[in-house]
Amino acid sequence: MAEWEACIGMEVHAELLTDSKMFCSCANAFGGEPNTRCCPVCTGMPGSLPVMNRKAVEMVLRTALALNCEISMTSIFHRKNYFYPDLPKNYQISQYGDTPIGKRGWLDVPVDGRIVRVHIRRVHLEEDTGKLFHLPTGESAVDYNRSGVPLMEIVTEFPPDMHTAEEARAYLQTLRNVLVYLGVCDGRMEQGSLRCEPNLSVRPKGSDTFGVKTELKNLNSFRAVQRGIEYEIQRHIAVLEAGGKVVQETRGWNDERGESFPMRTKEYEQDYRYFPEPDLVPVQFSEEWIEQVRASLPELPLAKRQRFMEQYALPEYDATLLIESRATADYFEEVVKLGAEPKAAANWMNGDLARLMNAAGIEDIRDCKVTPRHLRDLIGLVQKGTVTGSVAKQVLEEVFNTGADPAQVVQAKGLTQVSDTDQLRAWVQQAIAENPDAAEKVRNGKLQTLQFLVGQVMKLSRGRANPNEVRRLIAEELGVQVE
Amino acid sequence: MAQRLTLEQIAHVARLARLALSEQEMRQMEKHLNNLMAQFERLQELDTTGVEPTAHSFPVYNVFREDVVQPSLPQEEILANAPDQRDGCFTVPIIVEE
Repeated sequence: MAEWEACIGMEVHAELLTDSKMFCSCANAFGGEPNTRCCPVCTGMPGSLPVMNRKAVEMVLRTALALNCEISMTSIFHRKNYFYPDLPKNYQISQYGDTPIGKRGWLDVPVDGRIVRVHIRRVHLEEDTGKLFHLPTGESAVDYNRSGVPLMEIVTEFPPDMHTAEEARAYLQTLRNVLVYLGVCDGRMEQGSLRCEPNLSVRPKGSDTFGVKTELKNLNSFRAVQRGIEYEIQRHIAVLEAGGKVVQETRGWNDERGESFPMRTKEYEQDYRYFPEPDLVPVQFSEEWIEQVRASLPELPLAKRQRFMEQYALPEYDATLLIESRATADYFEEVVKLGAEPKAAANWMNGDLARLMNAAGIEDIRDCKVTPRHLRDLIGLVQKGTVTGSVAKQVLEEVFNTGADPAQVVQAKGLTQVSDTDQLRAWVQQAIAENPDAAEKVRNGKLQTLQFLVGQVMKLSRGRANPNEVRRLIAEELGVQVE
Repeated sequence: MAQRLTLEQIAHVARLARLALSEQEMRQMEKHLNNLMAQFERLQELDTTGVEPTAHSFPVYNVFREDVVQPSLPQEEILANAPDQRDGCFTVPIIVEE
């Protein structure tokens, strides 16, 4: 069987986090009553004129610079003409041709311990369309609240740099992180503020020509992106191995059924008759403007991850989790700045705290009641031996639920670690008496069972017993040697 | 004249513009559009060596508004001219894919 290689490109659309729309002053928001954020401009009333939102232009400039793009010093807008009910003007204002705000950039994407450099062909600015819902009556309902929301399009370069579904997913995740760090997009795929359309073809490995490509739509999560691309690659290979030809088409992804299906599009829809938008004057960037925006770029995720690994001696795994959101990374640095040991802070944040947040459905660490100071204190309590590790987990949960001070929780609940030998010995004797079989096994040299008895003592002490002391005392009581 | 629009091209453009033209109208359009094309042919005769290609005739750039929200129109007003509406939405015939 021949070996195959997939070539994957991607178009990403990101709704910009401006307060108002691209060409009018209606609010840019999600949800709400339909057609309540509309005006003559974004509903295409005759005689209305668009005026560019400076912030939106600057956000695209910001992104283009972060993606190492060349900037078109003069950048113009075009009309993309087509009829569809979600487009009230019958044209979308977009940027066509060779003056997108940014072009010829790249993004370094970590995949499996390697870095894949994905080249970017263009970063441009356009407007979003309205939303269409299909009604049971056989009609469609249109809501124009989204019409005219600033939309940034980021397209990868051809020939493609990505060859696996995993690389494509990693690219999208890395790009999303960059956009969120830059504060230009909230990156919510499930709400559609970040949308991706991969295109892919398959060819025999080593070939220098390309196969016929298909485009994939309806991918609403990172998981769907990976599964959809994997499916599509296998579908291409199956067609080719059966001696068939792949048909160039746009396909939709059905996540429930785990398969793609052809989406029929009208051929004349492709005839967009682009021409320069006469209602908008060109944007002209100055060196000062560009340098000012460049200087305001934050530390980007990959650079931050590298710094975390070096400055705090964190393993790549911990650093990768911490930098996934800027808020989490800032939180971590705050905990460390307050004096906590970095690895301990990372362990708590990526472990128990992440678990609690997940269970409570909290996405942003700033929305949780555990402050950096709380976490610093908790880590301190464990290090000083005031509480055991298992009690600390209970304390964290209490702080998470109530926002109380860790030290106060320990006091109020009597959770201080017990190292008092008499008390510990009483629990140890009780545990041995209640579990004679286990005790016998330990006496006969089965030291694994000793851990079971330690667990029993921890239970009796409600997690407060000093586990090392308990271990030592059990060994002593049963007359065995432990190292 | 270098190029003439064919009836076929005119039919294509009419279709893109969702215009249902009769055969007579098509022939009329053929005449009008080809007249227009001839005007552009004349423009092509101008020597534009050294003139930067441009999309706008005035040297005006960067006409921006600040990112400030102003009140939108009330929903009733936006929907006032809708031929059909339901639950705050415009309703339209479903677009059947061909």
